[in-house]
Amino acid sequence: MVTLPLGTARRRSLPHGLVSLGRIAAFLFRAPPSAFGLVVLALLILMAAFAPLLATHDPYVQDLQSTLQPPSGAHFFGTDELGRDIYSRIVHGSRITLTIIFVVSIVVGPIGLFIGTVAGYYGGRVDTVLMRLTDIFLSFPSLILSLAFVAALGPSLNNAIIAISLTAWPPIARLARAETMTFRSADYIAAARLQGASSARIIWKSIVPMCLPSVLIRLTLNMATVILTAAGLGFLGLGAQPPLPEWGAMIATGRRYMIDSWWLVTFPGVAILLVSLAFNLLGDGLRDALDPKQINKR
Amino acid sequence: MRRRVIPDIAGQAGAILVTLAGLLILTFVIGRIMPTDPVRAIVGEDATREVYENVYRQLGLDRPVWQQFFFYVRDVLTFDFGTSIRTGQPVLQDIARVLPATVELATFAIVIGAGLGIPLGVAAAVNKDRWPDHVIRIASLMGHSMPIFWTGMIALLIFYAGLGWVGGSGRMSQFYIGLVPERTNFLLIDSALAGQWDVFRSAVNHIILPASLLGYSSSAYITRMTRSFMLDQLNQEYVTTARVKGLSRNKTIWRHAFGNIKVQLVTIVALAYGSLLEGAVLIETVFAWPGFGQYLTSNLLIGDMNAVMTCVLVVGLIFIGLNLISDILYRVFDPRTR
Repeated sequence: MVTLPLGTARRRSLPHGLVSLGRIAAFLFRAPPSAFGLVVLALLILMAAFAPLLATHDPYVQDLQSTLQPPSGAHFFGTDELGRDIYSRIVHGSRITLTIIFVVSIVVGPIGLFIGTVAGYYGGRVDTVLMRLTDIFLSFPSLILSLAFVAALGPSLNNAIIAISLTAWPPIARLARAETMTFRSADYIAAARLQGASSARIIWKSIVPMCLPSVLIRLTLNMATVILTAAGLGFLGLGAQPPLPEWGAMIATGRRYMIDSWWLVTFPGVAILLVSLAFNLLGDGLRDALDPKQINKR
Repeated sequence: MRRRVIPDIAGQAGAILVTLAGLLILTFVIGRIMPTDPVRAIVGEDATREVYENVYRQLGLDRPVWQQFFFYVRDVLTFDFGTSIRTGQPVLQDIARVLPATVELATFAIVIGAGLGIPLGVAAAVNKDRWPDHVIRIASLMGHSMPIFWTGMIALLIFYAGLGWVGGSGRMSQFYIGLVPERTNFLLIDSALAGQWDVFRSAVNHIILPASLLGYSSSAYITRMTRSFMLDQLNQEYVTTARVKGLSRNKTIWRHAFGNIKVQLVTIVALAYGSLLEGAVLIETVFAWPGFGQYLTSNLLIGDMNAVMTCVLVVGLIFIGLNLISDILYRVFDPRTR
C-alpha cells in the first residue's frame, strides 16, 4: 500500500503564500503612495498599542481651569470645551477606530464568504435567493441603511458596528460567489466529490481557502468606507457616545466652538482623513499589485 | 436579437418586483425590532391603560406578525405611510416638501462632479503613468477619503467665516425666507420664475459651497471610472489606425475614443447621482440645509420610526429607479444592444 505524503502539500502551500505576500509587500513599498498608506496604518497600530504611553494626559479627565486652550507645548493639539487634552483623546481614539475595523472585518468576512461560496457552489435556486438578498442590501447607500439599523437598535458604538457590518457584507458575498463559480467545475473539486466528500466539506476545505486572498483584499479596499461611515454615525450622534474619544463624535461636539477654536474640529478630522486615505492608497496599490499586467513592470 | 428584448424586460421587471418585496420586508423588520414603544411615542407617558390599549389595537399590534406585514404592504401600496410624530403631517407630504431642496443640491453637485471628473479622467488616461496621472489620482483619492462633514466645516470656516466669499448655512439668507412664492420648491427655479434675482443670487451663493464639496467627492469615482474606460479604448487598434491615417491627437481622443465610452459614463454618472443622497445626509446637517437628509436625521434622533422607514423606502426606490434608468439608457444608446 502506498502511503500518501499528506503533509507535503500543506507544508509547501504555506511558504508559497508567504512568498507571494512578501512579494506584494515589496511591490507596495516601491510605490510612494502605497508605501505611505502602509506607514500610516503601521503608525495607527503602534499608536493604538502604546496609547497609554504616547498620551500626555488622561483622555477623560476634565480640567475646567484650562478649557478651549489653543495648541501649545503643554497641549499639543489644544484642549476641548471641558479642558480635556485633544492630542491624548486622538491617541486613545485610534483604539476605537482599530476596534471598528477589526470587528467589522471578522464579522463581514465570514458572512460574505459563507453566503458567496454557498450561492456559487450550489447555483440554481439557492444562488438566485441568496443573490436577490444581496441585491436588496446593495440597493441602499451604506450610510442610510446603517442609519436605519442604528435607529432601530439604539445609538451606541456596538450598535454602530453591528449596523455597519450588516451593510458591508454584500460586496464580499458577490466577490466570493464569482470566485467560487470559477473553481466549481475544476478537476480537484470533482476529485474531492468522487472521494465522497460532503458539500459542506468541499466548500470549507477546498473552496473557502481559494477565495480567502481576494476576500481579504476586498476587505482592505472597503475599510476606507467603513471608517467614513463609522465617523459619520459618530458625528450624527448615532455611533460612539460621549465621553468616548471617537473621532467623529469629537468633531460633532467641537462643532459648536469651531468659529473661535478651530483646533477642536481640525485635528480629529485630519486623523480620519489620514487613515481613510491610507486605506485607499493601500487598496489602490493592492489592485495594481494583483494585476498580472502590472506586477512585473516596476 | 430583437426577439430577446421582451423576455429580457419581463425578467427585469420580475427582478425589480422581487427587490421591491425585499425592500418592504427589510423596512418592516427594521421597524419591528426598534426598542422604543411605538404606542408610548403616540400617547405619551401619562396615558391611561385604556387609551394605551386602544391605540395598541388601532396600530394592529395585537395581530399576528404576518397580518401586520400584510397591513403594512397594503398601506404602502395605497401610499398611506402614516403621519410623522414630530411634525404631525402625513410623512409623504413632508418628504415631498423637503425632497426638492436635496434634489437641487444633488443636481448642482453632479454637474460639478461630472464636469470635473470626466475631463480629469480623460486627462489621466491620456497621460497614463506621467505626472498628470499621478496628481489626478491623488486628488481624486483625497476626495474619496475625506469625511465630508468635516470638510464642510473647514470649508465654512475658510470661505464663509474667513474670506466671506459665499453664503453660510441654509438655502438663502435669513432675510429672504418667505419672500418667494413656493411653486416647485426648487428655490433656484422659484426665484427665477418670480423674477426675484436678489433671492436667486443669494440661493446660488448658498448652494455653491455644499454642492462643490459633494461634487468633488463624487468626482473621485467618476474620474477613476472614466480613466479606466478610456484606457480600454486607447489600447485598441482603431485608435492607432486613426492616428496613422493622420487624424489629430485631440480628434482621436474626443471623437473616437470618448465617443465610445459615453454610454458607460451615463451609467456611472447615474450611480454617482444616487450616492450623492448619502453624502447629502451629512452635508445637510453641517450646512443646515432643509432637505431630505436633515429630515431623516432629525427624525432618527427622536425615534420617529414612521418617518424614518418611509425615508429609507424612498431612498431604496430612488436607487432602484436610477439603476433601471441607467439600464434603459444603456439599451437605448448602445448600438450593440439593439
